[in-house]
Amino acid sequence: MRFTGSDSYVATPDLLAAVNAALTLERPLLVKGEPGTGKTVLAEEVARALGRPLFAWHVKSTTKAQHGLYEYDAVARLRDSQLGDAKVHDVRNYIRRGRMWEAFLVETGAVLLIDEVDKADIEFPNDLLLELDRMEFHVHETGETIRAKKRPLVLITSNNEKELPDAFLRRCFFHYIRFPDRDVMAKIVGVHFPGIEESLLREALGLFFGLRDVPGLKKKPSTSELLDWIKLLVHECVSPETLAKVEGSLPPLSGALLKSEQDLAALKHSGLRRSRRV
Amino acid sequence: MFVAFFLSLRDAKVPCSLREYLTLIEAVKAGVADFDVEGFYHLARTTLVKDERYFDRFDQVFATHFGALADGIGVEAKELPEEWLRRISERVLSEEEKALVKSLGGWDKLMEELAKRLREQRESHQGGSKWIGTGGTSPFGAYGYNPEGIRIGQDGSRNRRAVKVWDRREFRDLDADVELGTRNMKMALRRLREFVREGAADELDLEGTISATAKAAGLLDVKLRPERRNRARVLLFVDAGGSMDDHIQEVTRLFSAARAEFSGLEHFYFHNCIYERVWKANADRHAVAVPTEQVLRTFGRNWKLIVIGDASMSPYELMVPGGSVEHMNPEAGVTWLTRFAEHYPKAAWLNPVPEARWDWTETIGAIRDVFGGRMYGLTLSGLERAMNDLAGRRKSGAAPR
Repeated sequence: MRFTGSDSYVATPDLLAAVNAALTLERPLLVKGEPGTGKTVLAEEVARALGRPLFAWHVKSTTKAQHGLYEYDAVARLRDSQLGDAKVHDVRNYIRRGRMWEAFLVETGAVLLIDEVDKADIEFPNDLLLELDRMEFHVHETGETIRAKKRPLVLITSNNEKELPDAFLRRCFFHYIRFPDRDVMAKIVGVHFPGIEESLLREALGLFFGLRDVPGLKKKPSTSELLDWIKLLVHECVSPETLAKVEGSLPPLSGALLKSEQDLAALKHSGLRRSRRV
Repeated sequence: MFVAFFLSLRDAKVPCSLREYLTLIEAVKAGVADFDVEGFYHLARTTLVKDERYFDRFDQVFATHFGALADGIGVEAKELPEEWLRRISERVLSEEEKALVKSLGGWDKLMEELAKRLREQRESHQGGSKWIGTGGTSPFGAYGYNPEGIRIGQDGSRNRRAVKVWDRREFRDLDADVELGTRNMKMALRRLREFVREGAADELDLEGTISATAKAAGLLDVKLRPERRNRARVLLFVDAGGSMDDHIQEVTRLFSAARAEFSGLEHFYFHNCIYERVWKANADRHAVAVPTEQVLRTFGRNWKLIVIGDASMSPYELMVPGGSVEHMNPEAGVTWLTRFAEHYPKAAWLNPVPEARWDWTETIGAIRDVFGGRMYGLTLSGLERAMNDLAGRRKSGAAPR
């Protein structure tokens, strides 16, 4: 089974090579890249294209590795014992399955997304080494060992906030999503808005890439913001001529592209110049 | 199969291990690569390189090993930037050849001439000695014999050999060449951590629960408390002035360590001395200046201030209004520095100049006095002393030396 991209996701050849390597050898794939370049969407698309269920585990700063496996709710059990509930005699009633456990149960193989792994504590990836390697873990409370029926495809995303440990990296394939260039971007927009007017697309991309070149922006607009913006443009029926007239001022509906007043100020300061195709 | 390639990667300091090499072989055997060079390139990269900073080095090694194999696979050619040519020429050309370059008036002249001839030339051209084309002795074009020759994008040249993916070297920017040994620095910076419990109560307070349960005569009364979080807030000022060029490596390392360690880190750049404006980005300082006064207003006294700079300048730049070399400053640098030292009770100045040489420069002593003696060398031990001081584990005010 191979992943060849999908009708709603434009995948570059190096991305395809990485996904297929991870799929064939059943090892995790680590995906890095600027925010908004489609790291999380990739998992959804791969799952859809392969017809496998997707389990998304969104990591937060407080997430522990154990949360992905299972949690034992001791407090609930203690409280039930006080109230004399009959459930209390079976410890299994208080074991809550994590996303990884659920992914292990799927017989046809699942897609497991571990999103923003760098948000968690610096030791978090190390705590998952064995589980990702062997795709099994032990539940101490019940004494059973959970083993994956079929090794799931594990996609891990990172925003580069923390360096990941070497031992963890060695076990993964790695892919870095670069910010799409103009042609790829035109393709991506085309996938999301089939039949978009050629001239509108050209003007919008010119303004968008010009905006990314404005120095000092805190958050450069990315693919997802561009798609939102174009959706608005199409919905509000903004004509290509209106966009062509924008020079030195804010483009219409710019709230979809720039999200902070500092960025708007920076834009006013240095002025927007259109990026020409080279 | 690819042992030599693997070894040269390691020689080029791309951190890849035997395990990853075996994975590559396994993947090739499993037929992931489709038997074409570009597929193999992508596969090898995703297997062996785990950090985009090494992509460029990987590309170079790949080009030397497999470049010859790939002749004839056309990928679009890309114009070579002037800066790149210049740098290459410095490495590749011998002294005599460089002298020859000068014979046409040096690089700038060559570039100018190129632009002129490109304008003059209307149609494609091969051979000859003036026009831009292939195979001639004119300085411009591909495969020429003129030592000053500029090779212009190879699309349309003799055998349609074009720039490959790895030859494009698109990841050059990401190879920061930063030493990765920032762990020691991180450990030192860790001392600044300030743990507090705030936010939603979502952690079991065991002791509180036991005592509350005992009070309720054994009926369970669960107590929760917020989790411990690091609240350290650090304001970092980095000198980007010309005299700092020698120390850029230490500063970059410290900076990347600090970035990783604190969530609440704000940084600004200044030039030689802090005046009424500082900058958020170093590259284009005139574009986004932030009024220094606004910085003082925005970041309160609970922030910890770290300044990195060599504190070496002419006394005028520090002491006299209008003394800046770059612009007219209405207030002297020392006035601004005093404001900072007064506003932030927790402050430290890290100086990359070796401590033994501090007495040689007048302004270093002056700034050290402004900061109440809290100037430390930008070394691991200096950093540790500075962090102890900022964390309040050493009485401030006394000279740290």
